Amino acid sequence: MLDTYRKLETPESIDLDIRIAGPLVRALAFLLDTLIRFVIHIGVSVSLVIFGDVGMAATLIFTFALEWFYPVLFEVLLNGQTPGKMAMGIAVVNDDNTPVGWSASIVRNFLRVVDFLPMGYITGLVTITLNRDFKRVGDLAAGTVVIYREKKIPAPQLPETRAAPPPVALNLQEQRAVLGFAERQQSLTPERRAELANHLQPVLHRQDQPAVEYLFRIASWLRGGR
Amino acid sequence: MKQQVFEQQNQALWERFERQLGALEKRHKKDKAAAESLDHFADHYRQICHSLALAQERQYSPHLIDHLNDLALRGHQHFYRRKGHILYNLLQFVLQGFPQAIRREYRFVWLGMLLFFVPALVMGGLTWLDPNLVYAVYGPDDVEQFVKMYDPDNHAKFSENRGSSDDFVMFGFYIKNNIGIGFQTFASGILLGIGALFHLIFNGVAIGAVAGYLTELGHTETFWPFVVGHGAFELTGIAISGAAGLKLGYGLLCPGRLTRRQSLINAAREAMPLVYGVFFLLLVAAFVEAFWSSSTNLPDTAKYVAGASFWLLVISYLCLGVRRGS
Repeated sequence: MLDTYRKLETPESIDLDIRIAGPLVRALAFLLDTLIRFVIHIGVSVSLVIFGDVGMAATLIFTFALEWFYPVLFEVLLNGQTPGKMAMGIAVVNDDNTPVGWSASIVRNFLRVVDFLPMGYITGLVTITLNRDFKRVGDLAAGTVVIYREKKIPAPQLPETRAAPPPVALNLQEQRAVLGFAERQQSLTPERRAELANHLQPVLHRQDQPAVEYLFRIASWLRGGR
Repeated sequence: MKQQVFEQQNQALWERFERQLGALEKRHKKDKAAAESLDHFADHYRQICHSLALAQERQYSPHLIDHLNDLALRGHQHFYRRKGHILYNLLQFVLQGFPQAIRREYRFVWLGMLLFFVPALVMGGLTWLDPNLVYAVYGPDDVEQFVKMYDPDNHAKFSENRGSSDDFVMFGFYIKNNIGIGFQTFASGILLGIGALFHLIFNGVAIGAVAGYLTELGHTETFWPFVVGHGAFELTGIAISGAAGLKLGYGLLCPGRLTRRQSLINAAREAMPLVYGVFFLLLVAAFVEAFWSSSTNLPDTAKYVAGASFWLLVISYLCLGVRRGS
């Protein structure tokens, strides 16, 4: 497996797969958030001008809130996702993959001040590259991690064929590979399917399209079809 | 067991669990019907975990495992969510949590107070003896500006022009500026405590210089009545934010028997009540500064009496606030 996969053991003693988000996607999410924040700031400042001095006070308070609490509010109330993170499909969670609470979110976002030093998030970037979970200083102190939220995976269209037993005994890993091939068939071009199936020529004694179809039948047999 | 049979046996349960997750993730409280179907959520979650473990062990197809992994991951998020009632927590924090945190972290609080007030007093005394010292901290333009601001002649004119709407603007300004400084002081503590140390001493020296200089200049009747009231909240707030920062730095510097990373996480968690408290104190300070300290139609005696009682209030709140509690 790729090294951004982490196994998380839960109290039910199962291993959950989580995928850690890297610096690039996080930087993009941050840029998007900055842009959104900028637009909100301009919008609110302009629309509050008509209220005179009280509007001026409200603008100041709002700027303060936007500056310090924009990420905190979104992360706590929207399951760990600011709008930028949501667009990039990533989210903040605690180290044990539970949703972040107020304290953890405040710590990680207030410490941005330090991650930013001396300019342009250099400290944060250096820290991210120095540990295996891509944590910046704020994440280290808060005990949080940024992960990918898996998108909804559509159920695969399995090819409709008769089942056929494999010509040789397959071990579990090999069975899994054949099943995976059948499930991914729609995302592969016919040429690529044939190319993959041709690797098994010594076992299947078939080439190209017949080999592909034979593999689908084996997959169906492995799933329990007869 | 073949995968097809396994799927047939459990499909209904998986789908039911997915619907429950959907209801939980939507957070719409109106859906009473959805809320009812949360029966046996824990049971179902355990069975999903069981299914996932079986599917992994038997090497069923990748899609099935990914799907179950996704369900278990989302279930895990809701099953182990920690939630509290926010209004109750807020009240409980102000009445109990903050004073208790102050007493729990008394070493850092004392250190923060000393590092802030001692430089302020020393610098104040020195500037009072030798006013030129103020230029060690401030440029000539800054000095001119705050001298003008507290000049008794100017002040009368200034206060006539100042309406209540100015108070609002200043309220906003104090919130943005002062609470920002408090948060920065805390955050910079992670640089092995040096950042917090710097902020505490620097702010102490800066405030001391202004106070000493204006006192020596004889602007006492404008300066002291103005600052005595909100100072109680603001100065203690800054000192405590420094204490929280020092705690963060200490956790990183001296992990004891923990790993450095875990020690830092613990220190941050334990420092958080102090940061919430700083937020609370500085909010009160901004309010007092904007709407009470700035009012000019009160006699100075009233300002001093109120200021003294504010100090007494803050000190007794921090020292004597509810000791026992959940």
